[in-house]
Amino acid sequence: MTYTILTLLLPAVGAVVAAVFGPQLSRRAISWVNVGTVGAAFVLSAVAFFQIGAMPAAGRQVDVGLFTWSALGSAPLHLGLLLDPISIIFMLIITGVGGLIHLYSVGYMARDDGYSRFFSYMNLFILAMLLLVMSDNFFGLLVGWAGVGLTSYLLIGFWYFKPSAVAAAKKAFVVNVVGDVGMTLAIFILFWNLGSVSYVGVFSHIASLPRGTIELVAFLLFVGAAAKSAQFPLHVWLPDAMEGPTPVSALIHAATMVTAGVYLIVRAFPIYNHAPVATAWIGGIAALTTFMAATIAIAQNDIKRILAYSTVSQLGYMFMAVSTASYAAGVFHFVTHAFFKALLFLAAGSVIHALADEQDIWQMGGLRRMLPITSLTFLAATLAISGVPLFSGFFSKDEILGNLLTQGHVLMWAVGTVTAGLTAYYMFRLYFVVFQGTYRGTAHPHESPRVMTIPLVVLGVLAVVGGYLALPGVYNLVDSWLAPALGRFGGSAVALAPNWGSMAVSVGLAGLGIGTAWVIYGRRAPASEPLSGPLFSFLQNKWYIDELGELIFVRPVLWLGRLMEAFDRGALDRLVTGIGEWVMAWGESLRPSETGFVRRYALSIILGAVALVAYLAIWG
Amino acid sequence: MTIPLVDFLGLSAILFAIGAVGVLVRKNPLIMFMSVEIMWNAVNLTFAAFARHWVNMAGHIFVFIVVTVAAAEVAIGLIIVVFVFRQRERLDVDELSSMKG
Amino acid sequence: MLANVIFWIAAVIAVAMAVTVVAAKRPMHAVVALVANFVMLGVLFLLLHAEFLAIIEVIVYAGAVVVLFLFVVALLLTGVSAPREDEGPKLLAQTPLAIILGAAILCLAGFAVAINLTLGPTPGVPEAFGSITLFGEELFTTYLLPFELTALVLLVAVIGVVFLARERH
Repeated sequence: MTYTILTLLLPAVGAVVAAVFGPQLSRRAISWVNVGTVGAAFVLSAVAFFQIGAMPAAGRQVDVGLFTWSALGSAPLHLGLLLDPISIIFMLIITGVGGLIHLYSVGYMARDDGYSRFFSYMNLFILAMLLLVMSDNFFGLLVGWAGVGLTSYLLIGFWYFKPSAVAAAKKAFVVNVVGDVGMTLAIFILFWNLGSVSYVGVFSHIASLPRGTIELVAFLLFVGAAAKSAQFPLHVWLPDAMEGPTPVSALIHAATMVTAGVYLIVRAFPIYNHAPVATAWIGGIAALTTFMAATIAIAQNDIKRILAYSTVSQLGYMFMAVSTASYAAGVFHFVTHAFFKALLFLAAGSVIHALADEQDIWQMGGLRRMLPITSLTFLAATLAISGVPLFSGFFSKDEILGNLLTQGHVLMWAVGTVTAGLTAYYMFRLYFVVFQGTYRGTAHPHESPRVMTIPLVVLGVLAVVGGYLALPGVYNLVDSWLAPALGRFGGSAVALAPNWGSMAVSVGLAGLGIGTAWVIYGRRAPASEPLSGPLFSFLQNKWYIDELGELIFVRPVLWLGRLMEAFDRGALDRLVTGIGEWVMAWGESLRPSETGFVRRYALSIILGAVALVAYLAIWG
Repeated sequence: MTIPLVDFLGLSAILFAIGAVGVLVRKNPLIMFMSVEIMWNAVNLTFAAFARHWVNMAGHIFVFIVVTVAAAEVAIGLIIVVFVFRQRERLDVDELSSMKG
Repeated sequence: MLANVIFWIAAVIAVAMAVTVVAAKRPMHAVVALVANFVMLGVLFLLLHAEFLAIIEVIVYAGAVVVLFLFVVALLLTGVSAPREDEGPKLLAQTPLAIILGAAILCLAGFAVAINLTLGPTPGVPEAFGSITLFGEELFTTYLLPFELTALVLLVAVIGVVFLARERH
């Protein structure tokens, strides 16, 4: 199965070509090259999918060894690719949804000057993300991890002449680094104790480590996952990351990169199966994140911000699932979320594009008639995310909630279910304000070109039918696909029976949410935000978390920096220049001896000679 | 009775001292040059005296070389003196203080 | 006996002429005194059995070097006047210091001779000592290298003179 190396090489080539030859190639050429590489990668992933699927269940992991990175002493580092059910699912989503987003970008970025740079970065991202999910060892994972962090930074700050974009990119990167530290420490600890970084090497011996060490590793890995997947309190970068172009938001900050944390936990399930304390913490943080983000989304007015907080919230669902060993449910939600969230972002991009870069929902309205395809697909995605039965989100979200209740995590279940209601509410608020009513803006909106609407339609279909991967009580393709992988290393992938009670409650709350949104925003079609009050503005100000962070972290660091600078300038610089000045002073003091008079020089010569001879004669 | 060595050495020392004082005191470059010549000659005398005392020709050789080098030096030195003072009003080395500092 | 007398006469004249060179107001006087000084030195060399050196002293020093000085003094610097000792920039304490140094030199010499020199009687010399034959033998065998280097020095001097004295347009 070594052809899978091509899935990495093709985007790499695409990135290099766009970077090096971009200015000389035509836009058409770049489009074909860079969209083509991702498309080809998708085809290859599909082939791998079928090939893996055809194998007997127990043998469904293929390791494609690449090379030995270092053969030092006791622990030679062999790097390779692991193709198993987990990685294949992620590969398909990354290249499939990624490919659609690349196609969409051809239209969205058509008028931008940095066209080739954009596609170079995007291909680079695909490369890094694939490397992340395809590696068979923690080292490759870390390389991919860093790579997606880098491309995220590059793409958030794509319009580098906008100070807000630059600041957002920096913020994302700084928060990311916090996570990277945790990740790296965890890998160090694993290597130190087990002498290996390969998955096989680590997972087969993980049970031999003391509990405390396992918990520590699990927690540190989660720190990395939390930074990458925007869980509290490391979520602060994601809303700001909306400064980047909308396809970037769709691909990186909705469908793929932010799910890297979920992938990590699923991949490292042998560790988490032995770390109950860490998983309890993960569950708690995830629940808090889910709820918090949903409440903030209720009070936002920027179309992309609402979707950003929605992403944070939905990621919380995935983490709640994997923290309770419902790995398959978490992956299922990842798949459906990729479909409808990417769709939501692309549709939002279509709206923004049509309205000449307007993002305030109160400047929109009535777009249902002017942007029919966008509006219809957006509605499909909204129905999906709200957990309306028969749409994809319903199946995945309810599997998560049902499993939580069945396993007895009542508090998490309650938070999740209430949030489901909130989700339905704020998503339909968004839909009604943007697409219903009358247009409040000043631009001339028209539907987007086909190259943008085709991906919308494809994703729309997937958002509807994607849920049929699992029909509760009948079959669950995701579960059965992942079972062979999740059953290794002492894990057990037991599928739980669907919980009809939970389903009823969540559907009911969803309906309540939609109805409330209809009453406030749909029926009366207000021209501006009707809600207000202290609670509302608390939510609108994002729970003041950014301000808190500024106070606790930013101010002291800046103060320390100023202190250091004063020390450097006042003490160190003075010391260095002082030495120079001291030498110069010596030179100046000796200057008067250079009189310029020859006779004087002769005098000193003879004087010296006489002195020398006298010394030699008398004391010599 | 041969002349004692000390006499020659004494004479040599006196000539050397006179030459040295001359170099330091006079301002005319030509006179200064001549004073240096006197110093050289004093040294030559010393060498010749010791050669005689220790019956060693090496002293003569040294005198020979000193004479040669002195001749060469005078040639060059005088040309330089001529060039430097050609455009000037006065033969005064003290006026050449542009290398001050 | 005769040698002693000649020595003292030559010595006195040499010193007197040296003082004249140093103290003369007019350069021409100084040149003439210099010639006399060189001749007296030649006599002294003869007294030291250094015949070849005496010849050289007279021919090269008194004959060539002094002529050079004469040229410059008499012909080449006609437009330039000799300085007056009380004109021009004053060098602080130069003269007193010079005299002190001169005295120091004399004292040192005397001291060195008195303390360090264990002089035996001056031996007799073979007939050939100081002759040009012996000189040539030494020069071209033991001291061949310094001889060649001296030739090099002269070459450099010639080149230098030719270069410095070239015609400028």
